[in-house]
Amino acid sequence: MTDLTDLGVADIRNGVRAGTFSAREVATAFNANVAEAKALNAFLIDTPEHALAAADAIDAKRAAGEELPIMAGVPIGMKDLFCTVGVEARAASEILNGFKPTYESTVSQKLWDAGCGMLGKLNMDQFAMGSSNETSAFGNVISPWRRNDGGNAPLAPGGSSGGSSAAISARLCPAATGTDTGGSIRQPAAFTGISGIKPTYGRCSRWGVIAFASSLDQAGPMARDVRDCAIMLEAMSGFDPKDSTSLDLPVPNWEAGLSSNLKGKRVGIPKEYRMDGMNAEIAAIWDKGAEWLRDAGAEIVEVSLPHTRYALPAYYIIAPAEASSNLARYDGVRYGQRNLPDGAGLQDMYAATRAAGFGPEVKRRIMIGTYVLSAGFYDAYYTQAQKVRALIARDFAQVWEHCDVLLAPTAPSAAFGLGENSDDPIAMYLNDVFAVPASLAGLPAMSVPGGLDSQGLPLGLQIIGKPLDEQGVLNAGLAIEERAGFTARPGKWW
Amino acid sequence: MSVDSKTVKKIASLARIAMTDAEVEAMVPEFNGILGWVEQLGEVDVTGVEPMTAVIPNSLRLREDVVTDGNIRDHVLANAPAAEHGFFGVPKVIE
Amino acid sequence: MTESTYRIQGATGEWEVVIGLEVHAQVTSNAKLFSGAATAFGAEPNAQVSLVDAAMPGMLPVPNKECIRQAVRTGMAIGAQINRWSRFDRKNYFYADLPQGYQISQLYHPLVGEGAVEISLDEKNPDAQTKTIGIERIHVEQDAGKLMHDQHPTMSYVDLNRSGVALMEIVSRPDMRSPAEAGAYLKKLRTILRYVGSCDGNMEEGSMRADVNVSVRKPGDEFGTRTETKNVNSVRYVMAAIEHEANRQVDVLESGGTIVQETRLYDPDRNETRSMRSKEDAHDYRYFPDPDLLPLELDDAFLDECKASLPELPDAKRKRYETELGLSAYNAAVLTAEAETARWFEGLLAECAKAQGKPEAEVAKAAANWLLSELYGALNRLGKTIDDSPVSQAAGAELIALVADGTISGTIAKQVFEIMLETGEPAGKIVEERGLKQTSDTGAIDAAIAKVLADNADKVEQYKGGKEALFGFFVGQTMKAMQGKGNPQLVNAQLKKALSE
Repeated sequence: MTDLTDLGVADIRNGVRAGTFSAREVATAFNANVAEAKALNAFLIDTPEHALAAADAIDAKRAAGEELPIMAGVPIGMKDLFCTVGVEARAASEILNGFKPTYESTVSQKLWDAGCGMLGKLNMDQFAMGSSNETSAFGNVISPWRRNDGGNAPLAPGGSSGGSSAAISARLCPAATGTDTGGSIRQPAAFTGISGIKPTYGRCSRWGVIAFASSLDQAGPMARDVRDCAIMLEAMSGFDPKDSTSLDLPVPNWEAGLSSNLKGKRVGIPKEYRMDGMNAEIAAIWDKGAEWLRDAGAEIVEVSLPHTRYALPAYYIIAPAEASSNLARYDGVRYGQRNLPDGAGLQDMYAATRAAGFGPEVKRRIMIGTYVLSAGFYDAYYTQAQKVRALIARDFAQVWEHCDVLLAPTAPSAAFGLGENSDDPIAMYLNDVFAVPASLAGLPAMSVPGGLDSQGLPLGLQIIGKPLDEQGVLNAGLAIEERAGFTARPGKWW
Repeated sequence: MSVDSKTVKKIASLARIAMTDAEVEAMVPEFNGILGWVEQLGEVDVTGVEPMTAVIPNSLRLREDVVTDGNIRDHVLANAPAAEHGFFGVPKVIE
Repeated sequence: MTESTYRIQGATGEWEVVIGLEVHAQVTSNAKLFSGAATAFGAEPNAQVSLVDAAMPGMLPVPNKECIRQAVRTGMAIGAQINRWSRFDRKNYFYADLPQGYQISQLYHPLVGEGAVEISLDEKNPDAQTKTIGIERIHVEQDAGKLMHDQHPTMSYVDLNRSGVALMEIVSRPDMRSPAEAGAYLKKLRTILRYVGSCDGNMEEGSMRADVNVSVRKPGDEFGTRTETKNVNSVRYVMAAIEHEANRQVDVLESGGTIVQETRLYDPDRNETRSMRSKEDAHDYRYFPDPDLLPLELDDAFLDECKASLPELPDAKRKRYETELGLSAYNAAVLTAEAETARWFEGLLAECAKAQGKPEAEVAKAAANWLLSELYGALNRLGKTIDDSPVSQAAGAELIALVADGTISGTIAKQVFEIMLETGEPAGKIVEERGLKQTSDTGAIDAAIAKVLADNADKVEQYKGGKEALFGFFVGQTMKAMQGKGNPQLVNAQLKKALSE
């Protein structure tokens, strides 16, 4: 019998539906993998009973002859940013210590309704601020990947959804939720050789998802391949009246729409993404990606997104500004940690609680955000950044007159070693240079594995699509996936 | 624009994050590094450009005026570090 | 338009006071501005709180249509510009009554732009002294929760029931120049809000409160530095706070000091304002557009409904009462000062017109007089409001009709009204059963007159000798002899005749 943990979303669902194996068997197998992978530190909390209960419910449904939903019997990992009833949700921060939501996020509820169970809460960068998972208050996630130099240096799984990426590539779960504010699904997917899609802003409800930057935050699926992403995205998406920015649109059946035939499609190669000093292996995989898409029938055209270089600085004004306000609610009054020094007044309690509860990167961003919104600086920083953001969105709108999707690298390098970038915030921020423009414009974008670099580490290719055209993105991703033939997986050392 | 430790202190106070003098001093160069980097935005000609409001065209929906929530005091107070008699407790505030 | 002559006499001469008000009015709605929790007053602590109001992680605001609608209608009622495109901004500060760490408000693009409110400074003659107070804007925002300081020795308690309730902030121009003008403005604004139905105006329950901006200057000078006295919750306190604060500022300036732009608190027990230093360092609110909400765009259908659903407003109603119903300016002003009174009066008017088969204009004066003297007097005695009047509009109209058609006299009508209040019986029945109908039988009247004149021969002599003031005495005696039922016109006429014989 095949190892059930080698199966992805579609195979598990199909097998459960067909009765090839039970959902309980699947959950049990993944629970075991989770339990023995503590060395990766991918999961903050294990919830094997949740996975089993959901599996049993699916098995009972099948026994009763009921139709099984689109993710029947698929156990998943849940990024710690999602609130789920009765399970601690901390956004990997001390400040939310002990916080057990009494409510279920819309996205997690939709996943349970689709037949999923929860294996546990996944580690992440604290409040989703980071690109290496090193800002978690509960320790780094160690990527299951290692360089082929025999050095065994611990590598970053990417971030902020680093627990999700590590868990999927290590076969601890077939799929996991991610959230993407400025690359937090795509960059970790690229680092670990898996797929992940950030849908159009507004597709997935933000209700019950701990906020980082409201105008950018989007949940999305991370899984082993494009089909699995399509299935899970359908399960996660849909209009939510509780989120004012939710899109009131029907959810397409993306899985049914999958096609790697790109005849008549044009793929744009944004010339500004080919930056000075670009890593040669990244440039090479990008070229290869273009060849694969041409092979799939697409026409390759060079296009221009002139404001690309300003995307990252604009992002590092807008996201911290929103975060400085979104994170004001963590004050030790209604939930989470409270630090009350002797004789402290209310405002002292706030300052002490927040000093102890937030990690250094979170504090840095709150401080930057507070500064750019403060009196006298608002227009120079925030208003200017939102205007530049409008120009970046306009660049994309103009590019769609010439092509259907864009192809670019996901990240400027393969996974780096833990600690390598943590001294220089800006060097770390530059990891998201290719990911952030699509975030600022609210566009759907995904990363699929393209191949391995000379060190044996995965490299990702990014496809960016028109608003609401997740299908076009998934199809181009599928065309690459079929041609890249990426089957590499990390050897089990944990 | 270059910030000094006094500005960093003021920002920390506005953000309600207690910082030691050493932490403030350490943050000054970081702060200036990041601000210096984002200030390249000033180069962009934004004449006639409206700031971004909604990334995807969408309009604000309004809900009907119906009571659909509340009466969940147990949920509201469930995670409170100091809840008493149905209230949240905070250190005494002198107004 | 009238120039205010209110001045503060200082040691260095006269000072003029400049006043602007920011009125926070609770929007009448069932649910909160951004959550589905109830707004009712007086619930158990934290019972009317949703997860959104408590700012739980991941909670998001969704605006309540009715709150927007009521703010738009209020704007229309003061002739203001309605902004079809507006936005919500976050005002960031830390306080225990503010769970999100920010208040959702509107700074950059308010829902309602410039408008105006006309105030009258002479209640007896409302058209004589009027002044237009400019309104800068009306925006919609969340109320904060409530802190209680006296329940525990070392802790304050937080109740979030009010957290998220919708407020309109109505910001005036600094157009007022005296406490009386500010008082008149506040009263007028309250009247308009209650007519529109957008706020119940209940200052005791905190539905309406004012931040009072005061500065002083020598007449003709530039505006001085202003202070803001927060959360003053009655018309009387607003006037007292202005008077106190203006005098304080004059004292400071005349003793060589300067006025600090600051937030102050009015203490009604001591009748003084004092600085709220606790709020001083929080003045950098870092406003920015709330990224959880999209711009608010209003379409024609929405605006048309808002307009169509506006009632006749107090000024228009008052003028119509004067011109179409022929009421005195004073009566028209009193009847229209409260929406409830006007509504009741119009119901009474309709019943009077029906009972007497006459147009409303012909029965209005009598109806207004009866309401303002008889009914108001009774309500005052009973401590009741017009909405729980023990006498219905139809019953009042029946009584008024009996006077109008001469069935009873005005004097008898007062008696009948008292009986109505006691027994709840209709006027007609009371008059019938107690035989209170007025007598127009000249035979009976003449007989009564003859007896009165015979019994008072000495007074008749005096009258005939020129003491004509005694006529009233004869009328009274005759009416008394007839138990008040004599038709007053006939009694007069017959008496004149008898005395001239």
